[in-house]
Parts: sequence; structure tokens; C-alpha cells
Amino acid sequence: MIKEGSFAILIWLALLAFAGLALALGETYWITLATRVAIFSIAGIGLNFALGNGGMISFGHAVYFGLGGYVVGILASHAQSYLPVYDGLFLIEGTQSMLITWPLALVIGGLVAWLIGALCLRTQGAYFIMITLAFGQMFYYFAISWPAYGGEDGIPIYVRGTFPLLNTLVPISFFLISFVLLSIVLLIVWCLNRSGFGLALNAVRQSEARVENVGISAKRVRLLAFVISGMITALAGALFADLNRYVSPAMFSWTLSGEIMVFVILGGVARLIGPVVGALVFVALEEVLGGLSEFWHIYLGLLLLLIVMFASGGITGAIVREKADGCV
Amino acid sequence: MTLLTVENLTAAYGATQVLFGVSLQVEQGGVTALLGRNGVGKSTTIKSICRMLPYKAGVIRFNDVDLSSLPSYRAAREGIGLVPEGRRCFQNLSVEQNLNVAARPGDWTFARVVDLFPRLRERRSQSASTLSGGEQQMLALGRALMTNPKLLVLDEATEGLAPIVRQEIWTAIHSLKAQRRVSILLVDKSLTELASVADAAVVMARGESVWSGPMAALTNDLKDRYLGV
Repeated sequence: MIKEGSFAILIWLALLAFAGLALALGETYWITLATRVAIFSIAGIGLNFALGNGGMISFGHAVYFGLGGYVVGILASHAQSYLPVYDGLFLIEGTQSMLITWPLALVIGGLVAWLIGALCLRTQGAYFIMITLAFGQMFYYFAISWPAYGGEDGIPIYVRGTFPLLNTLVPISFFLISFVLLSIVLLIVWCLNRSGFGLALNAVRQSEARVENVGISAKRVRLLAFVISGMITALAGALFADLNRYVSPAMFSWTLSGEIMVFVILGGVARLIGPVVGALVFVALEEVLGGLSEFWHIYLGLLLLLIVMFASGGITGAIVREKADGCV
Repeated sequence: MTLLTVENLTAAYGATQVLFGVSLQVEQGGVTALLGRNGVGKSTTIKSICRMLPYKAGVIRFNDVDLSSLPSYRAAREGIGLVPEGRRCFQNLSVEQNLNVAARPGDWTFARVVDLFPRLRERRSQSASTLSGGEQQMLALGRALMTNPKLLVLDEATEGLAPIVRQEIWTAIHSLKAQRRVSILLVDKSLTELASVADAAVVMARGESVWSGPMAALTNDLKDRYLGV
């Protein structure tokens, strides 16, 4: 039993150390694995903010992951073909600059989360889960049937997006970019949880009526949290597109929504570091068990079952002394 | 000056009408007691004022604002601080977080609330779920004060508490009254305590207000007839 803060720092350092070790040994594949962990962690942190802190069980977070990916993919495809995205009254050209694609992914992820959230948050419980899933499927089939951007085949990106002063095609550079973003996202969510807004969100999760009675609009708090959650996940999607140099409708698939949820549940719901632990274990299992058997998901399923039945606080909950965030 | 005016308020839970015409007033800086037997609609009246029930008919004017069409969080922002029946703190937040979650600028600050209830200071970083019933009641009262309300609404604030804790709550209510900064609408069962603090009384029977006047004018005959004491 250790302190949650120490555990979080330990995990954070472990990820950095793993990438450092891989660099020292010249194992570029391991660096890519660490990058995957960092990106999945960001997606999980996004979902955890809505699911853990806000109590909104979204089964459609692949929407934002996919949107982030498609922003990068679409802009890259235009940059590659030198055809503008739009030329009419004004001109929008494709770009591969990460400093443009990230903010755009954040904005579009946030806008769509706002629209979907405003509709979905009228419902609760099982209906909320189903309606978020329904939106996920809509985006999935839309991406499949949109021939301009590859349809089912997706969009290949020939070179990774660019970042000033860095050669992003070198694995360790791209890892560092993802890792720094992960750290920033962790810091932002940590601050949010301690802010008045974070308190209100925790209170809303407990009782909407009580929160309204003290003068806070529960709906507004929920919606804002949902938008922030969508934006974080969209950022992860943008990074994932650049990591694989390829985007496909699979980024919108409900299995991906499920996987992001697995990161959160494995690691610990409403824990700051939970999704990072979850993504770490997920990628490790995928690598180790995936090498042994094609059907490694059986073991993942068993592990998930054990965790849900015997350690509902996830891995973090089993190791750490404190109760989950907002449960003092 | 009148802070809250309720006239001919009706309310229903779904198809079942519960309130058939409630009228009451709370004066600026005054304390009004809402009396009546169990099930006459005291809590429903309070829920209607706090906009927790869909509006049916009647007037709810607060500080010259028509509350009847506002959502409940807006009513709270206008300055109604509810201390709900059965305490209802945020169990997953600490004492300090409970107080700060809805705090709005004004006279009442964390320091002043813990001066009023020193026990809350001792337990500031403790989870609300680990407090005793009386402490939770103090916390609920403190939380309402932290929103710096113009009107404090107390629904059965001393119900089910140990006598010594009840006394502490009553002392706090007395000191709030003495400061004359906040008006109070009280629902409670103990007439003796109410008599010492309330200026005005409204008596309810079967979903209607049947009598209102100064607390001192509440005769034994009325008490017998409507309150069963």
C-alpha cells in the first residue's frame, strides 16, 4: 500500500525509463510500444474524466479518437496531394504541422462532444450508454461510406506530421512529444479535479438535485466535463494517426470505445493515473500474450472479470492507500 | 419589506394533487415557521418554492423575481439556501469541499461557518460520510450559508438528532436571527423551540394554508385543532 501520488509518479517514471532503456538497447520497436501506451493513456484519461469523475458512462468515445485521427489524416492527404481542402471565398490548404493539426483536432473534438453531449445528457443510465454507442456507430459507418477520404480503406499518411526543431520520424522524438503531451494532460486533469469545477462534478455524480439546490446547474457541469473529455480523447486520436501514419474507420469502431473503457477499468476508475496503468497493462498483455496466441483476448477478458469481481478499484485501487478521487 | 410571497400555490406529484392553495410570506430579516401535522404538504411547499417540482399554479415571488418558471439552480442563485430534510451532504466530498463546492462571495466564508460550528473545523478534511448525524446537519446548514442566501429554508433541521446536538442547531438559528442578515423559513416539530425564535407562523392542513399570523397569536385552540398538541 503506497500513496496515490507516489504511485502515479512511479508509473510516469517507469514509462519514461522503459523508453530510455529501449533507446539505449536500440530497440526501436519498444519505443513505439511506449508511444502507444502514452497515446492510449491520453485517450483513457479523456474517457475517465467523463466516466470516472463525471459518472457518464460513454460507450462512444471512439468518436473523438476517430475525429482527432481524421483531422490529421484529411489535412495530411491534402498536403500530400497539394489540393486545397476548400477554395472558394477563402483558401484552406492541407497541412502536416502538428501545431495546427492538434488544436484543430481539439476544437473539432470539443464541438462534436458538445453537440453529442447536449443530446445524450438528456438521458441517463443504460439509455446514455446506448445513445453514445449509437453516435459511435453513426460516425463509423459515415467514415466507411465517405469515398473522398478512403472509405473503408482509410487514409495513408506518407510522412509523419512535423514539429518545429524535431525529426518526428525518429521514434524517440515522437515518443517524447506524446509523453510530454501525456504529462500536460495529467497535470491539467489533476488541476481540474482540485478546482471548484472538479468538486461540482464530483458532487453532481452523487446527486443532481442536491447540486441544483445549492445553485449549480448540473447539466452545464456535466456537459462541460463531457466536452473536456472529448477534447482530450481527440488529441490522443490525432497522435495515434501520426504514430501509425494511417487512419481508418476502425478508429471509430465500437471495439475501440470498448478498449478505451478497458484501460479505465483495468487501471482504476476515477484515478488520475488509472488509465495510464490500464494502457500499460493492455499493451503489455497484447505484446506478451499476443505473441503466444491469436486469442489473447480470452486472457484479457479473464483478467478484466477478476478485476471487476475482486478489485473494483482496478489495479490502482489494489495498490494505493487512498480511495478514488473525489471519494475522500 | 416582504422577501418571499407565496400565493395560492398548488402542486402535484404526477397526477396526485398535494397542495391546493398555500399562501405564506417571509419578511426581510424575519423568521417564519411553517406548521402542520405529518403529510399536510409542508415539505412539498418547500420543494415547490425551491423549484424541485413542476410548476402548476399560484404565485412564487422572491425578492421581486418570479420564481415559478425558473429551474431549481436558478432559484438557488437568486438567494434561496435550502437545508434539505434528512441532511443530504455530498458523501464523497470532504467537509471543506462540501462547504466550498457551491460557495459564492458574501458575508459567509469558510472561517465564519466554522466559527458558528467549531466541530466542522475539527473535521474539515474528513469525508462527510464519516460524520455523525448532527455534524452532517451542521454541514448541510453551513453549505447553504456558504451560498450567501437571502433566505434560508430549513426543512426539519433538528429531526432525529440527539438533544444536545439539537440545542446546538437551535443556538445557531438564534444567532442567525440575531444578525438579521438572512431571513429564515422553518419547518419543525418542536413548538417550544419554534415559539422562541419565529416571528410569524403559517399553519397548514390537508394541503392548504389555514391560518397565518404572529407566532405569539397561535392559540391553544389552533394548536389542538391543527397540530395535535
